[in-house]
Amino acid sequence: MAIRKVMGTEIEYGITVKNDRDFDPISSCVLLVNSYREEHSAQILWDYDQENPLADARGFQVEGEKYTPNQQENIARNKTLVNGARYYVDHAHPEYSCPEVTNARDLVIHEKAGERVVEASRREANRVLPAGTQMLLYKNNSDRKGNSYGSHENYLMDRRTSFKQIAEHLMPFFVTRQIYCGAGKVGSENRSRPCVYQLSQRADFFETEVALDTMVKRPIINTRDEPHADREKYRRLHVIVGDSNMSEFTIYLRNGVTSLILAMIEDGALNRDLALRDPVRSIKDVSHDPSCRGEIELENGRRMTPVQIQAEFLEAAQNYASQHELDEITRDVLAKWEYVLEALARDPMELAREIDWVIKKSIIEGFIERKGLDWGSPQVQMLDLQYHDLRPDRGLYALAERQGRVERIVSEEEILHAIHNPPEDTRAYFRGGCLRRYAQEVFGVNWDSISFGIGDEPIKRVLMAEPLKGSKQHVEDLFEASPTAAELVRNLRS
Amino acid sequence: MRDIKRIPGSEDELWIPRAAEQKQERKSGGGDGESSSESGKGEQKVAKKGQELKEEMDALIDEIDEVLEENAEEFVKNYVQRGGE
Repeated sequence: MAIRKVMGTEIEYGITVKNDRDFDPISSCVLLVNSYREEHSAQILWDYDQENPLADARGFQVEGEKYTPNQQENIARNKTLVNGARYYVDHAHPEYSCPEVTNARDLVIHEKAGERVVEASRREANRVLPAGTQMLLYKNNSDRKGNSYGSHENYLMDRRTSFKQIAEHLMPFFVTRQIYCGAGKVGSENRSRPCVYQLSQRADFFETEVALDTMVKRPIINTRDEPHADREKYRRLHVIVGDSNMSEFTIYLRNGVTSLILAMIEDGALNRDLALRDPVRSIKDVSHDPSCRGEIELENGRRMTPVQIQAEFLEAAQNYASQHELDEITRDVLAKWEYVLEALARDPMELAREIDWVIKKSIIEGFIERKGLDWGSPQVQMLDLQYHDLRPDRGLYALAERQGRVERIVSEEEILHAIHNPPEDTRAYFRGGCLRRYAQEVFGVNWDSISFGIGDEPIKRVLMAEPLKGSKQHVEDLFEASPTAAELVRNLRS
Repeated sequence: MRDIKRIPGSEDELWIPRAAEQKQERKSGGGDGESSSESGKGEQKVAKKGQELKEEMDALIDEIDEVLEENAEEFVKNYVQRGGE
C-alpha cells in the first residue's frame, strides 16, 4: 500500500528594484527576508549539518563543495516561521519553502500563504528604500532572457520503490502535465525555436532527461536524494520540472494529480507503455503548442497528443480509484482532472477560469484585440510579467481574482490563518509550535530536526525522522505539559 | 522578543475581496459533487452572450490600463534575473 504523500513546495521569486541603477539582488533579498517580522521570531540558525544535496538517487555521491555559511550569514539569510515554513535567501532569489502538508488542498493554502508572507515583507522593505525606488516581486520562473529560477515540488515516497521505476513512469507524465500545469509565457528563450506564446515558463530550460543538476543542464527528472527523513524508509522526490503557478485550481491539480500518480507507482498500478522517443524535445513541442493537438512520438512508434497521454494516466487512476479507498480530496482531484482533460480536448480556451496558461492567454488576447497590438509588443511582455506581480493592487492574476474571473479552491480566511499557523497533521506542527513557545531557546532548525540551547547546557537536538510524527495529535499534550523549553526537553527524554 | 503583534504592512482588508467581488458567475469546474453535470456547465457557458463576455473583458482591460507599468519597453528590458535553484 502506498505511503501517505507528505508534500511541499519551494518557490523562488523574481526580484527587482524599480528605478535603482545599482540594484543588487542579493542585498535586496537579505533586506526582504529580514523585513519579515513575526511575534515569535528570534535569531535561529538553519542547521546545514543535516543537509546533503549531492546525494544521487541512483545510488552514489557526487563530488562537490557543500555550502555552509558562517553563523552570522546563516541567521541573516534564513528565517523559520511559526507556520513551519522556511523563508530564506537562495543564491540571488528569495525562496519560500512551505511546511509539510498531507494533501493538495492544504498545499494550496500554504503556498498561497507564502505569497502573502513575501508580499508583506516586500511592503515593509520598501519603507527603507530611497524615495522613488520600489522593490517588486514576481512569482514566475524566467526573465525571458535565458535566466530561470525554480519552483520545486517535493513528495515523500517509499524507499522500496526503485528510482528507475519512478523515473520511467514519470517521464511521459511530466512531459505532458504542462497542458494543465503551465503558467504560460510570451515567446521562447534558451535557444528554443521561436513562438509567440507557450504553455510553460520552464520547458525551454530542460536539456537532459535524468540528472542531479538544478542550475545548469536542467533535467526533467531530478535525482537529488535528500529525504529529510529516515533514509532507510523514505525518499523525497524532488520535482524541478514545474512552473510557479498563481491559480489555486492549477496548483491544486498539479500537486493533487502528481501525488496520486506517485501513489500508483508505489502500488504498481501503472503498467502502460507510454515511454517517449525524445522527452527533451517533446517537452518543448508540447509547451509550444497551445492547441494541445500536436502529436508526440512514443518509443514504440505510436504518436499521441499530450491530452491522449494524460487520458491514459487518468484512466489508470480511475481504475486505481475503483480498487482503493481514496480520500475525499483525491476523489475531487480526479473529477477535476477529468473535467480539465475533456475541456482541453474540445478547446483549451474553455479553461480561462481554471488553468494559468489559459487565464493569462485570454487576458493577453483581450488586450491585444482592444489595443490593436501584436504579440511582440512591449506591453504584451509586460502583461506576461505583471500577471505574476505579488502586489494585490497591481498584479494581473490578483486583478482577475478580484473581479471573480478565476476559480478558487480555498478561502481567504484559510490563507490568512496559515500565515501564522502550521498544518496540524505533520511534524511542521511541532516545528511551528516550538518556535511559537520557545523561540528564545531554539538554536537551530532543519526539516528533520530542531535543536535547543538552554542556559549553559550543551545543544540538544530533537530528531524528527518521521514526517507524520509531531502532529497536533501527537504533541498537543506534550506542549501543554511543557511551559518551558527545558521542560520540553526533559519530557521528551522521559 | 520582538514586540510587533501583526505582520507589518499587512493591512488585512487588502486581502479580503469586497463582498460584491466574491460573487462568481459559475461553479468550479468538475469535482464538488453538488455542482451540475459537465454538459450542463457547457451549455451554460455556450449560452453566455457574446456581448456579456465582451463587457467582462472590457472591465478587465479598463482596470489593466490603470495598473500596467508605464514604460513597458524599458521595464521588461531591465528585468534581468540571475539563474537560480
